[in-house]
Parts: sequence; C-alpha cells; structure tokens
Amino acid sequence: MKKLTPQAVLGYPVLALFVFISLLPLWMALKIGLTYPDDVYTSASSLLPNAYTPGNFLRVMGLPSAIEVSAFRASPIDFMFALRNSVIYTALTVTGQIFFSALAGYAFARMNFPGRNKLFFAFLAATMIPSVVLFIPNFVLIKQLGLLNSFAGLVAPTILMTPFAVFFLRQFFLSAPKELDEAARLEGASQFQIFWRVALPIQKGPIATLAILLSINSWNEFFWPFLVGRDPSVRVMAVALSDFMSQTGRGNPDWSGLMAAIVLSILPVIAMLIVFGRQIVESLQTSGLK
Amino acid sequence: MPGRARNVSLRQRRRKEALIGYLFVAPAFVGFLIFYLLPTVRAVGISLTDWNLMRAPKFVGLGNYATLLSDGNFWHSAKVTLAYVLYNIPLQTVLGLLLAVLSDRLARAVWLRATIIAPYLISNVVAALVWMMMLDPILGLVNAFLTFFGVSPQGFLASPDQAMVSVAAISTWRHTGLTALLFYAGLQAIPGYLYEAARLEGAGEWTMFRRITLPLLRPVLAFVVVTSLIGSFQVFDVVAVATAGGPSNSTRVILWYIYENAFKFNRMGYASAISVVLFATLILVTLLQMRVLRADQSDLD
Repeated sequence: MKKLTPQAVLGYPVLALFVFISLLPLWMALKIGLTYPDDVYTSASSLLPNAYTPGNFLRVMGLPSAIEVSAFRASPIDFMFALRNSVIYTALTVTGQIFFSALAGYAFARMNFPGRNKLFFAFLAATMIPSVVLFIPNFVLIKQLGLLNSFAGLVAPTILMTPFAVFFLRQFFLSAPKELDEAARLEGASQFQIFWRVALPIQKGPIATLAILLSINSWNEFFWPFLVGRDPSVRVMAVALSDFMSQTGRGNPDWSGLMAAIVLSILPVIAMLIVFGRQIVESLQTSGLK
Repeated sequence: MPGRARNVSLRQRRRKEALIGYLFVAPAFVGFLIFYLLPTVRAVGISLTDWNLMRAPKFVGLGNYATLLSDGNFWHSAKVTLAYVLYNIPLQTVLGLLLAVLSDRLARAVWLRATIIAPYLISNVVAALVWMMMLDPILGLVNAFLTFFGVSPQGFLASPDQAMVSVAAISTWRHTGLTALLFYAGLQAIPGYLYEAARLEGAGEWTMFRRITLPLLRPVLAFVVVTSLIGSFQVFDVVAVATAGGPSNSTRVILWYIYENAFKFNRMGYASAISVVLFATLILVTLLQMRVLRADQSDLD
C-alpha cells in the first residue's frame, strides 16, 4: 500500500472537488430535465427529482408527451431537427476539411513545385488571423452569394481547410517513411492513388486525432451559425438552445424543457467520451504540443 | 544522345509533379484565398467606409477610426473585456496548473482526465445555460449553498457588479480541464530523475515546483497562455446567451459591441474598424507575450 503523504491527504480532496464541480451542473441539468415543470422550484435544492418523468424529453423532441405543453410557454423549436442539423454541419465540415487539408498537407510535405514553401508559410501565417477580423467580410460574402440560411453558407469557410489542419497533417506526412510511396510509384500507381491507398492509411492515428478535435469544435460552434444559420431549416443545436432561451424569456424560462434539450445536445458527446475517453484525452493533449 | 533524352524526361516528370502538386493544394488554396486572405484585406477596406449593406458603401477614409477614439462605448467595452481577461486567464491558468500537478502526482488514471475534460466538450452555449440555472436566484444550487452558510443570496448574472465575474467564472469552468490536460502533457516531458535528484538533496514539494516544474513547463505554459488569451479577448458566446451585454452594459465586451454595430445598428464600416483595432491589439499582445515568456526555449538545455 502507498504511504499516505501529506500531499495525498491534501491533494485527493482537492481533486475530488474538481471532479464534483465539473460534473455537478451537468447532473443538475439531467435532474431538472427529468422533473415535472411544476416541481422544478419545489425540488430546487435537492440533487434528485421528487418524481421522474420522461415528458420533457418527449416534448422537446416534438413527440406526444404527458406534460401539458400549453400550460407553459410552448416553444415551437424541434430539437430533433436541430440535432440532425448539427450532425450534418459537423459531418460536412470535418470530412471536407480533413480530406482537402490532407491533400494540401501531403503536397506540402512530399511534392516539389515552385512556390511551395512560400505558399506554406502564407498558410501558417493565417493561423495568426483571429476570427474576429474575418466574420464581417465572410458574412457579407455569404450574404452577397445568397447563401444565408443554407448548409453551403454554414460550411463554406471551413470545409476546404483551416490553417491548423493543413499544418497538423503536413507534420505527420513529413515524418512518414518515403519507401512505401516509392514502391507504389514503381508499380505504376498514380500520385492520387499513392496518396489515397498508401500515404493516408498510415496516418490513421493522427487523422482520428484531428477528427476528434474538429468534431468537438464543429459540434460546439456557435458564432458563425448564429450569424448565417438562424432559419429553423439549418439551425444547429447551439443556436436552437440560445433561441429557445430568448423565446421563453430570460427571467423565467421553461427550465425543465431547456434542460431536457441540453441533455439531448450533450448526450452524443458524453457517449463519445465514455467510449473513446482515452483517445479524446490523448488527442486533446497533443493539441498543445507541437 | 541518351543523357539529353533523360534530361527532357526528367523535366517532364518535374513539370507533371508540379502540376499535380498544384492540383492537390488547389482546394485548400481556394479556401485560404476566399475565407482568410481576401476577407482580411476586405475587413480593412470595409472599415474605411460607411456601409449599412443596403446602399453602396461610402468611403470615409479614417473617419471610423477617428470616431472610435472618442466613442465612450468602445472604451467601455475595451475596459469590460480587459476585466474579463484579467479574471479569466489567471484563474484558469492557476487552477489548471494545480489540477495538472495533482493528477500527475496522485492520479494518472485516464478516467479522471476524461471526467475533468467533460465541461470542455460541451459548447459555450450549454455551459452558459447550465450555469444560468445554477446561479439562478431561486432555482440555483449556488445560492442555496450560500444561504446554508448564512450568506445572503447574490444576483450573479443579474447584478451589474457581479455579471462580468460570473461570465468569467463560467468560461473558467469550461476551460480549466483543457488547460490542465495541456499542462499535464507538458509535465510528462519533464524527466523524472530531476525530481529524484532534488529529493535526495532534501528539496520540498514547493521548491521542486518552483525550481523544476515551472521553468521546464514554460514553453507549454507560454503556448497555453497565449492561445487562451487570444480566445479570451474574443469572448462572445457566453455573453450572447447569458447576459446579452447587460445588465446595464456591464458585460458589453468588444465582440458583443462589434456584433451590435454590425447586425443591430447596421454599421458595418464602424464594426469592421473595431475588429481591425482588436486584430492589431491581439497581434501586439501575442508578440509581446512570446517575447516575455520566451516561448520557444526550454530551460532543460
């Protein structure tokens, strides 16, 4: 058995406190989501509901529910649809961005063409440009192209590349062995075949890491969808939640409905965390190290 | 002449390779050109105009920048943003460091890191909403907790004096886990023999932290502080959801003020001017910080 040092005696309670504070708000969201709307205030300071009901979940998903919605400020937001939009938005940006950034990253790492290094340096410099300076011109462009409230407009700025993704993948292509490429070339494979069949499969690990990082960002993205995707037909979960809040009143919102919708929105993420915990943790850890 | 023939075919091959290289880079280059390079230039262009998106933009030179200098609301938003950064960054960094050192020393299990990262995996919007619930005067657990210890209930997000701190606390809650994770990764790179040697010489925990951990962690520390600082100056989501700049403009941060000018008052030119000023400030801050923290050097050498 380990010796109980003073550090441990002080340290473990602090760690426990960190875990408790990290999870408590999420637990309370789940609790209120399972509480009858009338009960929300009467059970306010307890960690468990007085009585459980799936009703809030059903009604924010647009399903028939035992809870009389008319008694509350009925919100017309269909969260199942918002969830679908979030899935589409995330899937499009993540796959597009990884594919096109991998193409570019591979070319920067492995191919020779005039201006290559200058171009790469320009991409690298773009990591310094904060989104604050980009969003007005990008919004204006999307509006002028008539792409407001469309998936095309939502994904346009990120589906082809982000400087980070290009830089990240180039680093891995640089350090991969060249012999396999050469062997494939001798067998008459085209450059794209070499990329697709040989170079890309080797990078499964880094690509998974990048996919995790990008999925988290896309799933949680608020600002850009808030500007260009307010229409319910393309509205993602984060925007729908914010709209739900402002529709039902900031002072006295429909707490049980709101918390049910929140739990719905974080369920996929928590499920991912439980299944792929180690990989997510390791991916995030590498994101800070160059 | 075989040598010459080979030269020609080599040149052809090079040309073909270059062409394919350009094709590979082309999609990313289009994205870079249209959504990074041109907008940066265009932002400066728009900032020199008076434009409400309906009529044609009117060139006003540096007029917007002159207005900005004497705009009390702008300076107020700068002040409020700075206050937010000064609450958020030190708190997040210190707590993250504490958490990283503790888990490095006491609990390296992956599930612990997976748990503390959970708040980061949910969106700012959700973080804002669950904390509105937690801080609610009637419903919230926080006030119930305070009351239990005899402290009178606080207004938090509804109070002009506490709203900005509350927003900063929400951001800190969401980001501390990530900060800790990055520091934790940095700690793994510090060779264990340094601690063993220090321990043999009778160094205490605090001395080892100050003499070994902190100096060797500096590159990671610099990276984390710089990136979170840049993000922190651009705080928007939590404000948009939880306070909408209020109460009484106490959380009207710069990005919210830019948003209001662009999309509520339809002053695209003025909003762009503010964003350009913020951009310039951020670059300056980054360069300054990299310099002060000497980010690229470790003390291990």
